[in-house]
Amino acid sequence: MIAMAPVFCIIVPLAAAFASVVRPLPRPLVGLAILVVLGLTGMTVAEVWQQGAHRIPVGGWQAPLGIALVVDGLSGALLATTALVMTAVLLAALPEFADRDRETRKGWAFWPLAFLVWAALNAAFLSGDLFNIYVSLEFLTLATLALVSLEETAEALEAAMRYALFALFGSLAYLLGVVLLYAAHGTLDIALLSQADLQGTNSIVAAALITTGLAAKTALFPFHAWLPPAHAGAPAPASAMLSGLVPKAPFFVLIRFWFDVAPDLPGEAALQFIGTLGAAAIVYGSVLAMRQTQLKRLVAYSTVAQLGYLFLIFPLAGGDGLSQVWSAGAWTGATFHAVSHALAKAAMFLAAGLVVHAAGHDRVSAMNGLTQSMPMTAFAFGLASVTIMGLPPSGGFVAKYLLLTAAFSSGQFIWAAVIVAGGVLAAGYVFRPLSRTFFHGHVQTVAVPRRQQAVPLTLAALALLLGIVSSAPYAFLQTGRPIAAEEGLE
Amino acid sequence: MSGVDTGTIFALTGAVLIGIGVYGLLVRGHMLRRLIAFNVMSSGIFLMFGATGARGPAAAPDPVPQALIITGLVVALAATALVVALLLRYAQITGRAALSEDMPGEDDPA
Repeated sequence: MIAMAPVFCIIVPLAAAFASVVRPLPRPLVGLAILVVLGLTGMTVAEVWQQGAHRIPVGGWQAPLGIALVVDGLSGALLATTALVMTAVLLAALPEFADRDRETRKGWAFWPLAFLVWAALNAAFLSGDLFNIYVSLEFLTLATLALVSLEETAEALEAAMRYALFALFGSLAYLLGVVLLYAAHGTLDIALLSQADLQGTNSIVAAALITTGLAAKTALFPFHAWLPPAHAGAPAPASAMLSGLVPKAPFFVLIRFWFDVAPDLPGEAALQFIGTLGAAAIVYGSVLAMRQTQLKRLVAYSTVAQLGYLFLIFPLAGGDGLSQVWSAGAWTGATFHAVSHALAKAAMFLAAGLVVHAAGHDRVSAMNGLTQSMPMTAFAFGLASVTIMGLPPSGGFVAKYLLLTAAFSSGQFIWAAVIVAGGVLAAGYVFRPLSRTFFHGHVQTVAVPRRQQAVPLTLAALALLLGIVSSAPYAFLQTGRPIAAEEGLE
Repeated sequence: MSGVDTGTIFALTGAVLIGIGVYGLLVRGHMLRRLIAFNVMSSGIFLMFGATGARGPAAAPDPVPQALIITGLVVALAATALVVALLLRYAQITGRAALSEDMPGEDDPA
């Protein structure tokens, strides 16, 4: 049973999604579903912790005929992050979407879609097969598209359609790359492909298509334009999922592809090019975040900037760098960032959602006097900002510190400059709403119960905790890395 | 056929369809036209995928691409249906069927 826990990590949320289409689940059943998936995720993580990375041939069929699930440290960590964030999001959504007295269209649609997102994320993190990954990502896209359009305003619908254009184009580019790989090597299993010799024009074109497609789905600059309206236009619990978790799935697949499938394929120029796009995202996203007058837009542009850091993994740890001593630090830094950003950004969006609800509008001035009226939420926003800025002792600090040391030890000082500048720019955009929380006279007129305020606070505290007890997650992330290395965190 | 086998012809046709689809996605403004372009592009990819299953006139074709194409078709159909639903509602509210050209929030932070 324990060995099959990863399979049920996909099946249980999927079943919950279908069940809540048939009939809205009562609160105890929603709670039960959350607890079961949390337990299954815990079992999966414990299994990786004890036994290391392993493959699960679903139905007993071995590759190339069967489709295997793969669990290693990175997928385990992302499964656990997803479980924590989804739990918080669903708890935060209960008051808004599970009102028994008045069933709304939004309230009816939210639950199946949220459980579908959970199932699709878990499927993407566990897939050991490029086509299975395609289906998981499509699943994820369709569910998130519907979540974006939940508000049913012209702006939300337009944001959803713009997102659809980027995401569907991205999926097709990815699929075309997969087709080219299948044509050349006759398999789509990641482990089998990694043994195949991926060289020559066909592999390079396939890698370029796969990278372009996944970058469009991760909203890497210059494919970022769809992200802010889509993430800011959704209801706050949906935004928390969309910004914190959803872009991590295509990024995870990029890591799988570039580090597991084709570690020797990328040339130095390609790695530097992707790093440059990541750096551009950091600077451009931060500058635009500073200029926003709406709170949720500001948080959404911060996501564009923070996703840029993830792509520094390619120049710092990819290609020839994989065999260097700093590669483990850079690789873990970027993946650590994926985890801590998920927790912090979800906390920030949930906190922003409470503020917008309490103040009745979405302008940054909704934060005025927040420390007096809703100190818990103000503290949650502040704690999440600590991780976003990368201040010690947060998880964001550990991530950026690892990336920074890798940049210095590899002699690529330009990326170090970008990481430092990104931290300063982040301070620029989070201090603007944060300073308003200390203004005299608060504008929040609607009371928000404390247990609702506790949800973003818990997530933000977890993001901070990740930095305080960083050695265990650091070691866990390394489980099953292609080239194991233990240096980097001294 | 002078040295060109059927698989290659299918693959080249697929490539042409992909090109037409990408052109349509980039150039057209009307969402319905863009959606059709998306479908032309995905048909091209499926055709190409099918062509990779060809193993010469004597051998039976590789069944794996066919199985995957069916999955892909279902995904493309679901995506098309969802975007059409979004577009219908958008057209009902705004009376337009094309996205506004300026990116909201890009140049105008209000």
